[in-house]
Amino acid sequence: MDFTLKIWRQKDAGSKGSFNTYSVKDISSDMSFLEMLDELNEDLIKDGESPVHFDHDCREGICGTCSMYINGRAHGPQKAITTCQLHMRSFKDGDTITIEPWRAKPFPVIRDLVVDRSAFDRIIQAGGYVSVSTGGVPDANEIPIPTSIANEAMDAASCIGCGACVAACKNASAMLFVSAKVSHLALLPQGKVEATSRAENMIAQMDKEGFGLCTNTGACSAECPKEISLTHIARMNREYFNAKQTSNNIPDKEEVHEG
Amino acid sequence: MSWLTDALKSSLGRKLIMAITGLFLILFLMGHVLGNLLLFKPDGGQAFNEYARFMTTTPVIQVLSYVTYLSIIIHAIYSILITRKNKEARPIGYAVNKGGENSTWSSRNMGILGTIVLIFLVIHLKSFWYEMRFGILPTVIYPGVGEFKDLYSIVAAAFTQWWYVLLYLVAMFGLGYHLAHGFESAFQTLGLNHKKYTPLIKKIGFGFAIIVPLLFASMPVVMFIQSLA
Ligand code: HEM
Ligand code: SF4
Ligand code: FES
Repeated sequence: MDFTLKIWRQKDAGSKGSFNTYSVKDISSDMSFLEMLDELNEDLIKDGESPVHFDHDCREGICGTCSMYINGRAHGPQKAITTCQLHMRSFKDGDTITIEPWRAKPFPVIRDLVVDRSAFDRIIQAGGYVSVSTGGVPDANEIPIPTSIANEAMDAASCIGCGACVAACKNASAMLFVSAKVSHLALLPQGKVEATSRAENMIAQMDKEGFGLCTNTGACSAECPKEISLTHIARMNREYFNAKQTSNNIPDKEEVHEG
Repeated sequence: MSWLTDALKSSLGRKLIMAITGLFLILFLMGHVLGNLLLFKPDGGQAFNEYARFMTTTPVIQVLSYVTYLSIIIHAIYSILITRKNKEARPIGYAVNKGGENSTWSSRNMGILGTIVLIFLVIHLKSFWYEMRFGILPTVIYPGVGEFKDLYSIVAAAFTQWWYVLLYLVAMFGLGYHLAHGFESAFQTLGLNHKKYTPLIKKIGFGFAIIVPLLFASMPVVMFIQSLA
């Protein structure tokens, strides 16, 4: 298969980027999207040009680093996958494919398709710790958790922090990501102890990073590789409104990490 | 009170205000459309004029109408604040973006749809609400009931103008699409999303978004056709 690629090239965070057009030939339909980019980079290196920088690590859909906006969709045209799981058979021979970095103020472009997603890390840090009892190893089933709750918490915990939700959202809102993180601990007994301060602090940090406000379009969930459900956003809202009514956090004393 | 103002200034606090004012406006629309159906009563406007006096002179209703004005103003101001914040969150847009493949058109255009409704509201309030309260209206005397401001004749006159009817049709399209997303969205914002009742909320929202604007739009259309006869 042959493709024309329009790829965003940007030297570093400070410079202005632009699209460059490349053509790749004899691509196997069984190649993953990243392998296709590897081929392109081999050619670029041979020609003495700078290869296209992109994030990747596991290449099996679990690390969440392979962020790319492909033909107007986060992680490309398929549902519930990351870019590394996208195969060239999803495209037609001769297609022009436009590849852009995630676009959001809190995710500045570092180079080409690589963005800095440490805003997500700071939100997680703001969530703080979970209290655990030290001492003897507890029995595995000591804390009863209904299966339905365990499943719901597991669904939330499957978020890989890829940022597709932010990238796809017309408001660059991070609420699906934050709601997955708030939910997965709020649902479990172990997470209940700090539930109120966790919701308050994570949302305060999310706002501070400059993410947009959710207008419930549902684009996040539709593009999420782990199909995180909008019900988690509703739960986060409940947790937050509840926290504002019941927590003892006074804003002046509230500890929010620097953004 | 700073914890409260901080909470209301947060992203979720702003969304909460948007949802509560939006839901109140939905309640208002329900009452407004039912009352206005009196326009269709074939009594030359008596029932409608009596209703108009009731609505402008009953204390409880007056309080409710002040809450309605306030809701419109707050809803509109917050929509500007929210939209501005959301634009700031993505200073550089995508060259290619296929929003249509992951979300509904109405959900992506709430600002435009709301603005259509707002423009309509200004014209609509000037023609009827302002005239009823501060304008000099003709009066009618209904034997045995008394003298009434004849708002009906003002409405009937307005609805003989084709451009006014057209304005209504466009605005009601805007309102319908605004509600098609807004109704269910408000419940989601309040944290009310559960497989037990969310399917029902979505159905009611869909029905509301069609029926209410359709009823509102039918009034100028029917009265325009009647005026031609
Ligand atoms: C009778 C008139 C109106 C009704 C019944 C109404 C109702 C609603 C509802 C229920 C929502 C959803 C709130 C949420 O998602 O939490 C909403 C959102 C919105 N409304 Fe309205 N609205 C009206 C007029 C307006 C006007 C006049 C404007 C603009 C000037 C406007 C702009 C918006 C915007 C931008 C949103 C999306 C923001 C968001 O989802 O958070 N609306 N509206
Ligand atoms: S919620 Fe989904 S799209 Fe967002 S970061 Fe987590 S896995 Fe990625
Ligand atoms: S490279 Fe790990 S999810 Fe794609």
